[in-house]
Amino acid sequence: MKRILAILVEDRPGVLTRVSGLFSRRGYNIQNIAVGRTVEPGISRMTVTVEADFVTLEQIVKQLNKLVNVIKVSDLMEEPSVGRELMLVKVKAEPNKRSDIQQVVSAFRAKVIDVSPESMVMEVTGDEGKLNAFILMMQEFGIREIVSTGKVSLLRGSKVTRDIRT
Amino acid sequence: MRMTGAQMVLAGLEAENVDVVFGLPGGAVLTLYDAIYQKGLRHILTRHEQGAAHAADGYARASGKTGVVIATSGPGATNLITGIATAYMDSIPIVAITGQVARPAIGTDAFQEADITGITMPITKHNYLVKDINELPRIIKEAFHIAGSGRKGPVLIDLPKDVQAEEGQFEYPQQVEIAGYKPTFTGHTGQIVRAAAAIKKAQRPLIYSGGGVISSSAHEELLELSRRASIPVTTTLTGLGSVPYDYELFLGMPGMHGTYAANHAINEADLLITIGARFDDRVTGKLDSFAPGATVIHIDIDPAEIGKNVTADIPIVGDVKYVLKELLKRFKPADTRAWCERVLAWKSSYPVSFKQEPGCLKPQPVIEEFYRLAGDDVIVTTDVGQHQMWAAHFCNLKSPRTFISSGGLGTMGFGFPAALGAQAAFPERTVVCIAGDGSFQMNSQELATAVYYKLPVKVAIINNQYLGMVRQWQKFFYEGRYSQTSLAGSPDFVRLAEAYGATGYRAVRPEEVTAVVQKALNTPGPVVIDFQVDPEENVLPMVAPNTSIIEMIGGEGF
Ligand SMILES: Cc1ncc(C[n+]2csc(CCOP(=O)(O)OP(=O)(O)O)c2C)c(N)n1
Ligand SMILES: [Mg+2]
Repeated sequence: MKRILAILVEDRPGVLTRVSGLFSRRGYNIQNIAVGRTVEPGISRMTVTVEADFVTLEQIVKQLNKLVNVIKVSDLMEEPSVGRELMLVKVKAEPNKRSDIQQVVSAFRAKVIDVSPESMVMEVTGDEGKLNAFILMMQEFGIREIVSTGKVSLLRGSKVTRDIRT
Repeated sequence: MRMTGAQMVLAGLEAENVDVVFGLPGGAVLTLYDAIYQKGLRHILTRHEQGAAHAADGYARASGKTGVVIATSGPGATNLITGIATAYMDSIPIVAITGQVARPAIGTDAFQEADITGITMPITKHNYLVKDINELPRIIKEAFHIAGSGRKGPVLIDLPKDVQAEEGQFEYPQQVEIAGYKPTFTGHTGQIVRAAAAIKKAQRPLIYSGGGVISSSAHEELLELSRRASIPVTTTLTGLGSVPYDYELFLGMPGMHGTYAANHAINEADLLITIGARFDDRVTGKLDSFAPGATVIHIDIDPAEIGKNVTADIPIVGDVKYVLKELLKRFKPADTRAWCERVLAWKSSYPVSFKQEPGCLKPQPVIEEFYRLAGDDVIVTTDVGQHQMWAAHFCNLKSPRTFISSGGLGTMGFGFPAALGAQAAFPERTVVCIAGDGSFQMNSQELATAVYYKLPVKVAIINNQYLGMVRQWQKFFYEGRYSQTSLAGSPDFVRLAEAYGATGYRAVRPEEVTAVVQKALNTPGPVVIDFQVDPEENVLPMVAPNTSIIEMIGGEGF
């Protein structure tokens, strides 16, 4: 099953290597990873999507907790959460196709952020399903390049993932 | 106080009560060694950094304190790796200090640059690259704290050359505050109560304990639990010595080369009380058939060990000694008489044994005799292979921290340098290394260290002329195709010892053993004894890998 982990880490050199190295050496599969800042200075947050059964997930969480620079690990699927990924897509866009592209863009509430004589760049945010559907639609026009941020997630409601170990 | 980075290291070591370090200098630690020269510190110069790392490990295992090793950047640091990995696998506290190229040169493939923090990430509990002199006092404090607390293990500090020379303010922190490092010490009371209830209910309980008991000095509590609750005990290789060999309910070691009694007791137990052990595959054999009928209590300081290989019905995360103390307050013994009788019948009917053949020098009686004559206070170290398993079975251990062996990594060449470390910790005690002829040659250069520093280790080489354990597998599982396991070409060990200024003896016939051992023990200084034993002898009983541990080859003796 797919799980999303929020990992609060000390913002120190090498910490990303420690976390990703742990995943690869113990044979856990990272599907997606995003790293960014938090409200607390010196603390970063990683959002990692993994495919793991329950026993493996428990091991992953315990092994992560053993890393000295890891402050807290939370499983965001234990409670309702919201997740988004941001993707930029560059497609071929001959003048006669532009309005078709525009239609798809507005249907997905995406944004055109660059236009050139032969191509357009779109920005789209959403969950995996939405982004996949967007890619499918854009394939028709010819995708030149895709880049995405990796998924970031937060718990719904007022609860937060804090910098304290449970 | 203002001081240089190098001086800070020494001040930190002093604050941590480090009385000896092992190491070997080089370009990137010249400044540190200069500070050692000026300030003075008991430093044992080995002939190879691997030897220094194992010596620090042996020192730690014998004394319970944290061992310290120093090496230069690049090749010096990479030579430590086997030693660090060995300590990591057996959860032994060591602090490794490596030199690094100067900060501006890092990342440029500078002379003798190696990314040692990157390389050792998977084999250290934690490591540091010091980039700011102001962080050094805190880092030293943290390194010792992390190495020696929780589930112990190696920590590495990589110290660039220019940081060693830079001046800064030294104030050694009294306390450590690491947001992400708070080992659980006290076990959950509710779970301890459940464990006590399970003990009360059990009809066929068994204690399976490991190195964690030694690490947390819980041997007395362990024995008390076993005695008062009448529960037989089996201890893993790294747990040997935590229960005296002559304790009635002690069943010896379990697993691949375990005793009949230990393996069968595991198989029939209805309650397995696992204490500071981690269900290694060399213990469990095929996991599905391990302790099939048992409720599992698992007490361990490391939460990640619980549920890793075997599901625990009653998990207790905490310091083993603390948890056992709490358990002792709460448990009520059950009637285990019938079970104990059954287990003790196995123990007396099927002891680990060997066949004596007239005129043939067998390895087992050599080890037995050496151990017997060495006296009660002896510390034994081993290398890895057949002789290691015989040492595990035939040394009649009486107390913890007297049997030092590489369990998890199974590192050949560990025994001799580890013995030097143990001897450095206890200059007055007899330290014996039971070595393999193959293993010994992996670190025999440390004979120079032993002689120079007057570390009077007695090395008993169980010379079977083969990489014996590998040969045994070839015999059992590869139809006797002995591919690359003959050690033909090995040196004359007596003359090798003499070349270094040590003493060498040899025994070839059974009737020589006692006299040679006595002579060796009475000879001052390091001694190497070449016991030329029967090359055909195999370690039995044996369980083939990934089969049930009651499918024993030679389990019922001869
Ligand atoms: C560094 C290292 N290399 C290889 C091995 C694989 N190995 C395990 S036991 C063994 C043979 C050891 O030979 P020896 O030291 O003579 O001991 P014996 O088994 O003959 O008693 C080998 C090669 C190992 N454990 N460690
Ligand atoms: Mg051999």
